[in-house]
Amino acid sequence: MTPLDQTPAAPRRESLDVPTVTLAHGGGGAAMRALIDAVFLDAFRCPELKEMNDAATLALRDLAQHGDRLAFTTDSFVVDPLIFPGGDIGKLAVCGTINDLAVSGARPLYLSCAVILEEGFPIAALRRIVASMADAARAAGVAVITGDTKVVGRGACDKLFINTTGIGVIATGLDLRPARVRPGDVVLVNGLLGDHGATILNARGDLALTTPIESDCAALHGLIDALKPAAPGLRFLRDATRGGLATVLNEVAESAGVGIEVVESAIPIRDEVRGFCEILGLDPLYLANEGKLVAIVPEAEAGDALAALRGHPLGAGAAIIGRAVARRPGRVVMQTVLGGERIVDMLVGEQLPRIC
Amino acid sequence: MCLGIPGRVVAITDAVRKLGTVDIAGIRREVNLACIVDDAHPIGDCVGDWVLVHVGFAMSRIDAREAEATLALLAELGEILEAQRAMSAATDTAPETGGDHALR
Amino acid sequence: MRYVDEFRDPAAAKALLAQIAALAGPLAEARGRPLALMEVCGGHTHAIFKFGIENLLPPAIELVHGPGCPVCVLPMGRVDDCVALAETPGVILATFGDAMRVPGSRKSLQQAKAEGADVRMVYSPLDALALARAHPDREVVFFALGFETTMPSTALTVLQAEAEGIANFSLFCNHITIIPTMKAILDAPDLRIDGFLGPGHVSMVIGTAPYRFIAENYQKPLVVSGFEPVDVLQSIWMVLQQLAEGRAEIENQYARVVPEGGNDRALQAVDRVFELRPFFEWRGLGSIDHSGVRMRDEYARFDAERRFAVPDVRIADPESCQCGAVLTGAIKPWECGVFGKSCTPASPLGALMVSSEGACAAYFQYGDLEALKERGKAPA
Repeated sequence: MTPLDQTPAAPRRESLDVPTVTLAHGGGGAAMRALIDAVFLDAFRCPELKEMNDAATLALRDLAQHGDRLAFTTDSFVVDPLIFPGGDIGKLAVCGTINDLAVSGARPLYLSCAVILEEGFPIAALRRIVASMADAARAAGVAVITGDTKVVGRGACDKLFINTTGIGVIATGLDLRPARVRPGDVVLVNGLLGDHGATILNARGDLALTTPIESDCAALHGLIDALKPAAPGLRFLRDATRGGLATVLNEVAESAGVGIEVVESAIPIRDEVRGFCEILGLDPLYLANEGKLVAIVPEAEAGDALAALRGHPLGAGAAIIGRAVARRPGRVVMQTVLGGERIVDMLVGEQLPRIC
Repeated sequence: MCLGIPGRVVAITDAVRKLGTVDIAGIRREVNLACIVDDAHPIGDCVGDWVLVHVGFAMSRIDAREAEATLALLAELGEILEAQRAMSAATDTAPETGGDHALR
Repeated sequence: MRYVDEFRDPAAAKALLAQIAALAGPLAEARGRPLALMEVCGGHTHAIFKFGIENLLPPAIELVHGPGCPVCVLPMGRVDDCVALAETPGVILATFGDAMRVPGSRKSLQQAKAEGADVRMVYSPLDALALARAHPDREVVFFALGFETTMPSTALTVLQAEAEGIANFSLFCNHITIIPTMKAILDAPDLRIDGFLGPGHVSMVIGTAPYRFIAENYQKPLVVSGFEPVDVLQSIWMVLQQLAEGRAEIENQYARVVPEGGNDRALQAVDRVFELRPFFEWRGLGSIDHSGVRMRDEYARFDAERRFAVPDVRIADPESCQCGAVLTGAIKPWECGVFGKSCTPASPLGALMVSSEGACAAYFQYGDLEALKERGKAPA
């Protein structure tokens, strides 16, 4: 054979020179390949991903270095608007799934990225969002190693939906569960609550309010790594996403069969978020967060836990906000700024601004 | 019909339509000032006013003197209460009234 | 936050509670029953629950939550009319957030939106007008509701639309007036209210004079109250002082916001655009004379009821619904047969469970029924 015959055939690629996504981009053919190359592979730069196998493969031996259990989580992201102060749906999709792994006690390792695009979606916007995902993943030390791309007809989905699924490994002996919480344990949060929820509500544009509030979207595994050695007795972690702090506290109270008492004046909330809620009649305890967690530790470790959180950039505003109690199991009770008490219940339906 | 919130007028944006910008804890919104404007208090004079904002309208100018008078009265009441408690603490060991659920 | 935080001061609250406790005990004893104070306004109900005030008051005082929640008292038929407007092709229905969940006989505005109607939530009627400017090819209908507090904002918006010659804007007017309602409550045969906390923001528009008949004809004290918890406590104290001194007067605790004479410009705007309806229906309370307003003929082109066909059917509340009895203070929310059972915030049968200031929704979500039972305020 001549040297020329040994040269592999040059791959036939279409170039991506259209401004918007078309059904062909989801069709499995050359157009789809062009989209994946130009947008996803270009951003993620991951050798595994470049191989474009049907499945990413990972040696179990390598995973077992980090612990003895696999953590496996999935989340879909449908936020509207796609881009908002402090982030976008891409950053959210990466950080959100990393956080679900991290609050389970896992070291986040790998992500998948599946997108569903509405026909007509601008490619430039897609590039920006995927670049955002790549940046967030890189900063977090997590690799996107597999993905999927689908395109549906105009109107069949709202612009862009993203699903990320993540795997991580939990260190041997680490056990974080609501059931471990007992009366006397202390409840902490890592900073100002309600920023993300307020940002999204305001970004929808109907309220005509100008605010400096930005989403707090962030990956929390670094913060959690700082917390673990300071609080070896750590009982439970959860990120306070949809439904806010109030939802997490109610979930814990119910699962653990304890009461939770919090002090309103101890709950950190930015003045502008407070003002935003006062104007619209919203309760900041129910606003979503994307960079905040609730940590429950034994009383003896509370001081060290607080110091560890405060020592990390994502925990500068950390605070002790309450404790688990034996009284009224399943209930969350708040001591109001006035000294009275009120129940903090699960949210019913969506929180809507009120005039009264 | 109640959800009114105090804010400060920081700018006039449209003198003809009587619109201004009001700042509420760092949040800004365009607000209609028609209810607080009259011959004695033309729109130009509204900058710096503290107003009660309800559904995008400034409905009343907050009277600082009345606010202070109310707070002074309450402060006085607080002093009376302190004095009474100091007296009962000195004479007997009456327990605190209910409502103190502070976390220690 | 200025003019807010000072009126949430725990030290001031403690001082007021001490005074209240000192006065309430002897007054209740003299009557052989707890004192019953009614706060008329939904915003006061919300503040009471949000700050846990009811549990701080002595057992000698009972709070009765009145009908001052304009969302709660919307009759189902009017909600149906609004849904019909929303479902009219080409219409953008602009509404305040809390009106979206009120159930009509078939659906709420929120459900209509889920089914494809163009329903938009706005913070202000001015935003609804802005929608009309932005979409000249569409008809924008604003769901106008509220007591006298919001009438001026609606009226001023209509006047602005008139000044700009905007032709695609109208409103579905469900504004109601507080005085006939209070009179209806005072005339109720089983009324056991000793004093009232008057609606602070209605009063900033209408002033304090309209309440005089309550003191003069019914010999009940009324204190116009602000909405922060210290305002509410101070107002309760002022009512107790009147009762202790045998007075029945109209007093103004909220003087920093409420001018005694009300707001002329606001009242003038209202008078230009609106006139009283002969009667209007209130959910749970039935028909009350002169309790609602409609648009004057000169402004007919801004009146959605005249621009569009609305079904205009009177729908009775479900039989099991006892909102009316709760609204007049005759029974407590938990005494209603369906409270917490077939009527919950997730599936409300009546208006008081829909809005977060409705007494039933407030008790359900914030209310500490166990604590109230302990204090003898609710049956075990």
